[in-house]
Amino acid sequence: MLPEISPDKSDFRCLKNDLSSYLMKPQNLLQPRPAGLYCPPGDFYIDPVRPVERALITHGHADHARAGHGQVLATKQTLDIMALRYGTNFARSRQAISYGETLTLDGVGVSFHPAGHVLGSAQIAVEKSGLRIVASGDYKRHPDQTCAAFEPVRCDVFITEATFGLPVFVHPDPSQEIRRLTASLMQFPERAHILGAYSLGKAQRVIKLLRIAGYNTPILIHGALEKLCRYYEGQGIDLGELEPATVEKDLADRAAGRVIVAPPSVFGERWTRRFADPLNVFVSGWMRIRQRAKQRGVELPLILSDHADWNELIATIRETEAGEVWVTHGREEAIVRWCELNGIKARPLNLVGYEDEAE
Amino acid sequence: MRNFADLLDRLVLTPSRNGKIRLLTDHFKAVPDPDRGYALAALTGGLDFPAVKPAMLRTLIGERMDEVLFAYSYDYVGDLAETISLVWPTTLEEETPPPLSEIVQTLSRLGRAEAPSVMAGLLDRLDPAARFALIKLATGGLRIGVSARLAKQALARFGDRDISEIEELWHGLEPPYETLFAWLEGKTQKPVSTAKALFRPVMLAHPVGDGELSKLDPADYVAEWKWDGIRVQAVCEDGVKRLYSRTGDDISGAFPDLLSSFEAEMTLDGELLVGKPDLRTGTFSDLQQRLNRKTVSKKMLGEYPVFLRCYDLLQAEGEDLRALPFIQRRAALQERISGLSQDRFDLSPLVDFTSWEDLDAKRRAPPHPVIEGVMLKRRDSSYVPGRPKGPWFKWKRDPFIIDAVLLYAQRGHGKRSSYYSDYTFGVWTGPEDAPELVPVGKAYFGFTDEELKQIDKYVRDNTIERFGPVRSVRAERDRGLVLEIAFEGLNRSTRHKSGVAMRFPRISRLRWDKPAAEADRLETLTSMLDS
Ligand SMILES: [Zn+2]
Repeated sequence: MLPEISPDKSDFRCLKNDLSSYLMKPQNLLQPRPAGLYCPPGDFYIDPVRPVERALITHGHADHARAGHGQVLATKQTLDIMALRYGTNFARSRQAISYGETLTLDGVGVSFHPAGHVLGSAQIAVEKSGLRIVASGDYKRHPDQTCAAFEPVRCDVFITEATFGLPVFVHPDPSQEIRRLTASLMQFPERAHILGAYSLGKAQRVIKLLRIAGYNTPILIHGALEKLCRYYEGQGIDLGELEPATVEKDLADRAAGRVIVAPPSVFGERWTRRFADPLNVFVSGWMRIRQRAKQRGVELPLILSDHADWNELIATIRETEAGEVWVTHGREEAIVRWCELNGIKARPLNLVGYEDEAE
Repeated sequence: MRNFADLLDRLVLTPSRNGKIRLLTDHFKAVPDPDRGYALAALTGGLDFPAVKPAMLRTLIGERMDEVLFAYSYDYVGDLAETISLVWPTTLEEETPPPLSEIVQTLSRLGRAEAPSVMAGLLDRLDPAARFALIKLATGGLRIGVSARLAKQALARFGDRDISEIEELWHGLEPPYETLFAWLEGKTQKPVSTAKALFRPVMLAHPVGDGELSKLDPADYVAEWKWDGIRVQAVCEDGVKRLYSRTGDDISGAFPDLLSSFEAEMTLDGELLVGKPDLRTGTFSDLQQRLNRKTVSKKMLGEYPVFLRCYDLLQAEGEDLRALPFIQRRAALQERISGLSQDRFDLSPLVDFTSWEDLDAKRRAPPHPVIEGVMLKRRDSSYVPGRPKGPWFKWKRDPFIIDAVLLYAQRGHGKRSSYYSDYTFGVWTGPEDAPELVPVGKAYFGFTDEELKQIDKYVRDNTIERFGPVRSVRAERDRGLVLEIAFEGLNRSTRHKSGVAMRFPRISRLRWDKPAAEADRLETLTSMLDS
């Protein structure tokens, strides 16, 4: 289902590869500035990295959603997640927008569309004078039971992330990765399996995948995950039985053979010592590269990502039918090269402040 | 192939020995013949496929993807086999990939000319992990931290047998080892080997414990010098000659000089040393020039000739002597050694002694610097594989000791991954009034779990800088942790700034009481070099 953008479809098709014929030049509608991606006619930023007057936020990850803006426009779930992280006064005013709904900000049409990245995540379509740019934020196409699935939006300019923008990154089937974890739990029942997973999105997704695979044992979670897991459950995403991993008395067996989910930063920290012979399991798209796993002392790498892999990136670029692609945060050069080889105009955006490791 | 690829990926990331053994034994249980046997062969270096070269794979991928995208990818990943395995365009990836045995058979029949198309055909059928395993297997690059010894230990565990039984059989067996697995699973008798010049598992000694000698009668024992080379076994049977390491690895290829002058039907146990028996016995660092090489140059052979200093005789003219008492074997050895090349073989002399005190004095002042202690052998001891308690003892020279200052600490692996457990330490150098610490070694054992916790806390509380898993620790004249380091010997080293490299350094005591300024100076170490 592709949302229509132009009243006359055939018209759009013949014009879309020739942006010069529009009155509006793309760089006048959205342009990179030190604070982030800025829309001059609408006077707003998308995912600004420093405090601004008006911010549109794609999703709740800390490098995209920061506290201290004047007005914030985002999905209800993203606003909730920001409130959980920063307190309810994270911005002067907050406005929720639904997927598919269009608002007009100083003559600029703005609509949010599911990005399939984490709960509440959205791509933001910005439209003026027949020119449509989609800023995808972070996105993925692999199925994920914990958030709405990505919907491709036809556009003139597509702004894509490139976290895994190299042909080496092809994420395997998640159920295959979960099978490797359940096999290890059986093979090493005397060891506590500590899953390092980013606290928003990845943690809940890996828990959900374990439940789908039939793993019904209570899962222990690090304190940093508790609020977000509870929020996901409140949104109707059943994560099964979760127990805090911080209460000493509950760990008589030191969690041998159990699954503990924690932020990856706990690896190598004293926190892990309460558990029986910890086995580090890192849940990340980076785990595709053996050296990355080795460097971090990971014994069981699970390749599972909330970002699009190489194949998803190029398939999405094609689906949007964009005549021009702007590439940001990640390995821009390879995506730009692929676009060139496939006759699509492309350039890196060179936005700063988005973390490479934001998995 | 998927089982094998998973096994490789887990082995490479599993730091603990026991963890690796568990992975291997579970693999042997789960995977049928002949695949498990080929996996064993691949891990122990028993397979070789000369037709496949990395450059050929590089060409294949160049035909399949944009060179620029490949260059970005290779640059990011850093390893050619891994990059190709990841970027190989998936076309026919199969639900059930071909088993390892099929792949091994295909590779072993492969000629140079057809290699590219056959490899490409195989890569098309596999998933990324299996493609990686295939490339590493085909190009002989399986460096995954599993020694042949570890694989044999896993076999011993799998079949509930002693490892010496496996070592004894090993060189008579061929991949895929079906008779070995059948025996280990209790389905058949132990395989009987008809191969010649097999390894005979080595007899080892226990260290002398505190007060242990007072319970023993010196008259029951003979003593001999313990030389600081490597313990080896030289075998010649029906003209087949082999040199084995203590753990049964065949190291014949590196020592043609020794084997070519080995002309007698016998199995010798002895110390491999550099030099000429009657003129010069070289140090361990001399010997190191000859170790861990597959082949050896003429120049090496000339500069570092090796010889065998013999301790024991296990077989002569096809007769197994291992059940005889030591003194009888020794007499047979003494009689036969004169028939061997005088340049390459000599007898390790016995040490006369009247009492343990007398022997202790001799042990402390050995007549040659390449002696590291004495061996005690019961006169009536038969040659038993492994480390039986009682018949043989080693009584080493006391270790060298210095006091050094902790400089850097690195996070450990596995069980120790939340502890700073690998320590780099240094000693003072430079002028007395403005000394600096220079690193002289690294140690990661010798302390108790409780001491580990104390050092870990000290490291965290005194960190100056962090570089990934490493922290630099405050180390100044009036502030620093002094570690007493024990070590077995010292070599000159051009690779280290200090000019010295320690052998087997370990932490023998934590000197919380000692001011850092009073730790040793580099001169103390360099003077030990000459001793
Ligand atoms: Zn994100």
